[in-house]
Amino acid sequence: MPPVTYLDAIRQALVEEMDRDPAVLLMGEDIGVYGGAFKATAGLLERFGWERVIDTPISETAIVGAAVGMSYLGLRPVAEMQFIDFIACTFNQITNFVAKSHYRWGAPVPIVIRGPAGGGVHGSAFHSANPEMYFVHTPGLKVVYPATAYDAKGLLKSAIRDNNPVLFFEHKFLYRRIKEELPEKDYTVPIGQAIVRRPGRDLSIVTYAAMVHASLEAAEQLAREGIEAEVVDLRTLLPLDRETIIESVRRTSKLLVVHEDTRTGGIAGEIAALVTESAFEDLDGPIRRVTSLDTPVPFSPPLEEHFLPNAARIAEAARDLARY
Amino acid sequence: MKSDPAPQELTHEEALELYYYMRLNRSLDELLVRLFRQNKIVGGLYGSLGQEATSVGTAYALAEGDWIAPLIRNVGSLLVHGYKPRDIMTQYMARVTSPTQGKDGTCHFGDLKTHHVVSPISMLGDLIPVMTGVAMAGRYLGQKIVAMTWIGDGGTSTGAFHEGMNFAAVQRAPLVVVLENNQWAYSTPVNRQAPLRDFADRARAYGITSYTVDGNDLVAVLRIAREAVDSARQGHGPVLIEAKNMRMLGHAQHDPAEYVPREMFEYWKARDPLSRYENYLNQHKLWDEKEKAAIHARIERELAADLEFAENSPFPPPELAEEGVYCNGCHIIEAQWRRPKDELMPPKSSVKPEWTIENFGAMETGAAPAADRTQPQGSAVESAIVHATHTDRKRKITAPASRRAR
Repeated sequence: MPPVTYLDAIRQALVEEMDRDPAVLLMGEDIGVYGGAFKATAGLLERFGWERVIDTPISETAIVGAAVGMSYLGLRPVAEMQFIDFIACTFNQITNFVAKSHYRWGAPVPIVIRGPAGGGVHGSAFHSANPEMYFVHTPGLKVVYPATAYDAKGLLKSAIRDNNPVLFFEHKFLYRRIKEELPEKDYTVPIGQAIVRRPGRDLSIVTYAAMVHASLEAAEQLAREGIEAEVVDLRTLLPLDRETIIESVRRTSKLLVVHEDTRTGGIAGEIAALVTESAFEDLDGPIRRVTSLDTPVPFSPPLEEHFLPNAARIAEAARDLARY
Repeated sequence: MKSDPAPQELTHEEALELYYYMRLNRSLDELLVRLFRQNKIVGGLYGSLGQEATSVGTAYALAEGDWIAPLIRNVGSLLVHGYKPRDIMTQYMARVTSPTQGKDGTCHFGDLKTHHVVSPISMLGDLIPVMTGVAMAGRYLGQKIVAMTWIGDGGTSTGAFHEGMNFAAVQRAPLVVVLENNQWAYSTPVNRQAPLRDFADRARAYGITSYTVDGNDLVAVLRIAREAVDSARQGHGPVLIEAKNMRMLGHAQHDPAEYVPREMFEYWKARDPLSRYENYLNQHKLWDEKEKAAIHARIERELAADLEFAENSPFPPPELAEEGVYCNGCHIIEAQWRRPKDELMPPKSSVKPEWTIENFGAMETGAAPAADRTQPQGSAVESAIVHATHTDRKRKITAPASRRAR
């Protein structure tokens, strides 16, 4: 089997789930005839027809709202945000209607809201954001953000089969830049489980999405200098896999959290609190973080490169931490 | 606004049943006010005084299996749709026996499996896209259902209202939206929401059918609602009904509504929907004193029993606060298919992914409302409508089940 890109892995997951279950259908802007802004749904209208691949008006609140109503009758809609930045337009529907539905009156909302997130493609302030933490702060939602093609496919299948609302963040920088061979047979990746991408004894780098790759690159450089960094890919941000984080910190005694999201209120703060609560005595140094700047995502390449974390900055912070 | 309808519109049984719901709605409201004054209600109490005919008449037009999403003042709609006074009492009293077990209050409750009621949230407008989805899913599954929801005059100012109405219109979803124009959005009069005499005019922007009806005339409301529900069920797209009435109390019990001109209350009090319906029944000799007394006695009995139940119900255990954020091993809603699934699966589902564009958008073709235009071949609606029509030819649309069957 030829290697599959992160983007094709997403399309494969959609096709296979729609083939498996006619209750699965898609809604979004320009997803049908056009096949999606990034072609994630290319060919799906042709295969599944007008009723299952629905081109909508520019109405994020209507897209998510209608998905909720469909799920109440037993359907499994997957709603696309053309860019995940536009999820802000349906913030109320997600945080108030979707997230609280099961808690308030016992009505599960098995929907998936997916879309391209993240920077590095010079998309500027409205096509590059990482708004995941608005939703990680919202009980009732699940938030996943895969870093590999294998996980993208397996997690999207899990998300569609989950009985809870899942926000599925796709990193657009990874869409066509990474590829790997995938199993021919149906598989899923469980929501809520982090994975150790690279074992190491000297410090733990906890990260997710595109920063997994930057962290692995940094870890290679560090290894040449004699520092063995363990890289933990969170994969799911809500619910957070606390055990895997704590276990890694117990092994290495040092924690560096890396994310592309902005600094203040990013998940690094939550993880730092978690580790000081649960593994304070295992720490041999301060908890450090490498993140984007607390600014909107800037446009011009030198500005965006300055804004984003990268392997060099991760390695620098890791070296500093390793000295403790 | 239309004049009084012919009496033969209602059967004797329907006429009495409607009176039962009208009177029950009013009596339950009065009882809740007493409970509020006795400090037995937790939080605010939102009245439906003066709006009973709109709630009862619209919901009464629906059939078994249809879905509703009422707002907090649509107590009458909940009663018609099968909920009991005890459900509303226990909700307001925050007891564990309430439909939400105390997780939420007021009329913020629902049930997917039996009652087909979607709970409202406090952010107005959000129910319209949600019920659009309910209507679309019903059609997708081959069910012949109609979804109905309510919105106030103030709620139509939201973006969610617009997005939902527009999407429902584009999709020709079997949705009936009852726009309850009760003159006030909290303390703000309707002319500060939109400079429209009739809010039904909003329907023109969506190219859909609309009605304006005297919301205090129960029989007129029912007649219009039945027409709207039939039209939606037949696949003609969503319908907007503006029912004009008056919120006869403040926004909630804490609000004395001093901003409402006294004469305005008097004007509407003279048009009280319950008195008008009693007059209608008298005028058309649809009941006698004995039947009236029997309904009153039944309501008194039921309310007393339900109040006893509510007052004897415990508050929820504190630990319940931790449960139910996620659906883990909870009951699952299974899709109820009423059409062959293979129609939606390859190879049968396969289509040519091309738009059919009529007239290329030229100006000289005139501006017909979207609903009047032939649906483009490539629309999501087209196949659904074709499907519905196709099925109709073979299988008659099931007549609405009788209310009494509930």
